[in-house]
Amino acid sequence: MDSRGYYNGFGGAFIPEILVSTFEELSKAFQEVKNDPGFWQEYKEIMSSYSCRPTPLTFAGNLTRHFGGARIYIKREDLNHTGAHKANNVMGQGLLVQRMGKRRVIAETGAGQHGVATATMAARFGFECTIYMGEVDVARQRPNVFWMERLGAKVVAVKDGTRILKDAINEAFRDWVTNMDTTHYVLGTACGPHPFPEMVTYFQSIIGKEARKQILSLEGKLPARIYACVGGGSNAMGIFSGFMDDPVELVGVEAGGKGLDSGQHASRLCSKDAGIGVAQGYKTYFLQDSDGQMKETHSIAAGLDYVGVSPILSHLKETGRVRFEAATDKEVVESLSLTIQKEGLIPALESSHAFARAYQEASGLSDKDIIIINQSGRGDKDIFTIADAFSDPGWKEFIIQKAEEYHA
Amino acid sequence: MLESSIRKKRQGKEILLMTHIVIGYPTFEDSFQIVKEMVEAGVDLMELQIPFSEPIADGPVILTANQKSLANGSTVQHCVDFAKQAVRSFDIPFLFMTYYNIPFKYGIRSFASMMSDIGLHGAIVPDLPPEEGEEYLQAMGEKNLAPIFIFTPNTSDERMKKIAACGNGFIYCVARKGVTGSETKFTSEFHDYLERCRNATTLPLALGFGVKDKADVDFLTGKVDIAVIGSETIRLVDQKGVKAVGDFVRGLR
Repeated sequence: MDSRGYYNGFGGAFIPEILVSTFEELSKAFQEVKNDPGFWQEYKEIMSSYSCRPTPLTFAGNLTRHFGGARIYIKREDLNHTGAHKANNVMGQGLLVQRMGKRRVIAETGAGQHGVATATMAARFGFECTIYMGEVDVARQRPNVFWMERLGAKVVAVKDGTRILKDAINEAFRDWVTNMDTTHYVLGTACGPHPFPEMVTYFQSIIGKEARKQILSLEGKLPARIYACVGGGSNAMGIFSGFMDDPVELVGVEAGGKGLDSGQHASRLCSKDAGIGVAQGYKTYFLQDSDGQMKETHSIAAGLDYVGVSPILSHLKETGRVRFEAATDKEVVESLSLTIQKEGLIPALESSHAFARAYQEASGLSDKDIIIINQSGRGDKDIFTIADAFSDPGWKEFIIQKAEEYHA
Repeated sequence: MLESSIRKKRQGKEILLMTHIVIGYPTFEDSFQIVKEMVEAGVDLMELQIPFSEPIADGPVILTANQKSLANGSTVQHCVDFAKQAVRSFDIPFLFMTYYNIPFKYGIRSFASMMSDIGLHGAIVPDLPPEEGEEYLQAMGEKNLAPIFIFTPNTSDERMKKIAACGNGFIYCVARKGVTGSETKFTSEFHDYLERCRNATTLPLALGFGVKDKADVDFLTGKVDIAVIGSETIRLVDQKGVKAVGDFVRGLR
């Protein structure tokens, strides 16, 4: 990476002039904490006392027997406070905001996980907080809106564009270009202008550091493969970064939606529908048309429903260091169901993409091989979406009854 | 080339007016009619914005115009054809305004050649800081086109000088923080900023973001070379229709 955050031509900082000094300040603050050995210690302490770090690495014995191939381990990011790996990033950026002396934070959110995590961090640190969320996502993730508001955040439903994650990012930038003196933008994933991809990866690298130590202590050897779902790419970068120099195959799983040939998916790195472009402040693979206009994306998982992807992952695709695959909505729901039944674990729909691909490949490996799946978040809080995905009749009846109670 | 034509126009006028349209909004026919109204009312130069799906520096008015133009089926080729027709029909300098992904996908060199072929004078690309613009600057330079760069109240004196060294034609001074289309209070503190801009470059200065009426233009007269009216004319078209644009522009100066 060079000083403008380029990875093999991907990345950079394509920002309006008004934000240049703000990014300079942020880059400087981030370099300072990176070079301060006390900072990582402070970060680890807050993550162990406020969240649940180190998160366990769980052996999935039943699934291992079911597939009869590789030994399956699951990294339990779902056990973080607020239920996802997002906590790692927001608490890190929260400490940075304290050091920069800012009093207000803003964030975009897709599924609502990053919004809830940011609102939680803001409550804990005493920051004012505004969350931008596409109107479509507000409708499909209403429980998260409830929690953000309870946590004291103002939730703004974004009605522009496709009304999902990318539009929420645009709106957060519009707030930031007005309020940069008091406000830090807590970008939720390893995307956006430099230094965000590097910074978010840095905070998420705690996942990979722990997982490597844990698997070596449990099994005395490295895994053959690691699976992580890829939306913006922060949980994948987090776990992959711990094994980058090891002989371990890294597999990123994107949202295949209704199939890669359907045009309704969010696969930037393993479909023919994406090309290199520049938007939202950085250069990477985007799902865009031949004019460079961004396309609509689709995924059952709101957190993966995004047009761009981490420039670091685009780089790792080009070098071949990471293999990218897609899992369809249907495969994802089936894998989620199997995981619940066999292990009593409830991965988020986003994370279930990684499970789906791992399940397709597990039986092709030997029982001497180990694989790790990153369970980036928990699914039980997405009960409305998951119940819909299962089309659960008992749940529907309950909702109808509940609605009648409110009408009464 | 753009700089000298601005200087020539300035000899006869105390301040120049630059206006802005989003190509294809509300329709291509209306866009052309708006350009005609503006030119006949005495506008000195114009920005033609090629719509983009992610216009992060624009406020609600221009953002909506971008989206509606795209929803109507505007393509980059339509916009190029439109610009060609505008240049042929009216004798003022025209610029493209757009976000970097549009020339990037078109091919930076091809984009510059196309602009030169149809007779445009330059381009404003608000998400392209000069540090990211090496190829763009070279291509624009080879075709004698003006890359317009931006000063803001947050830009240091040192950086202003660096930016001015890359720019050509004029410098676009953003009046305040925020996105396009919100109100700007032109107070005395504003003088210090303009003085910093003036000291950083010998290029003509344009001032935009929030300029909306004669009082604003009067205030800027004698301080900058060009007043930029952006969102206000789109608002006007939305509220009163295309025909209202000419009288509005005539009333500005």
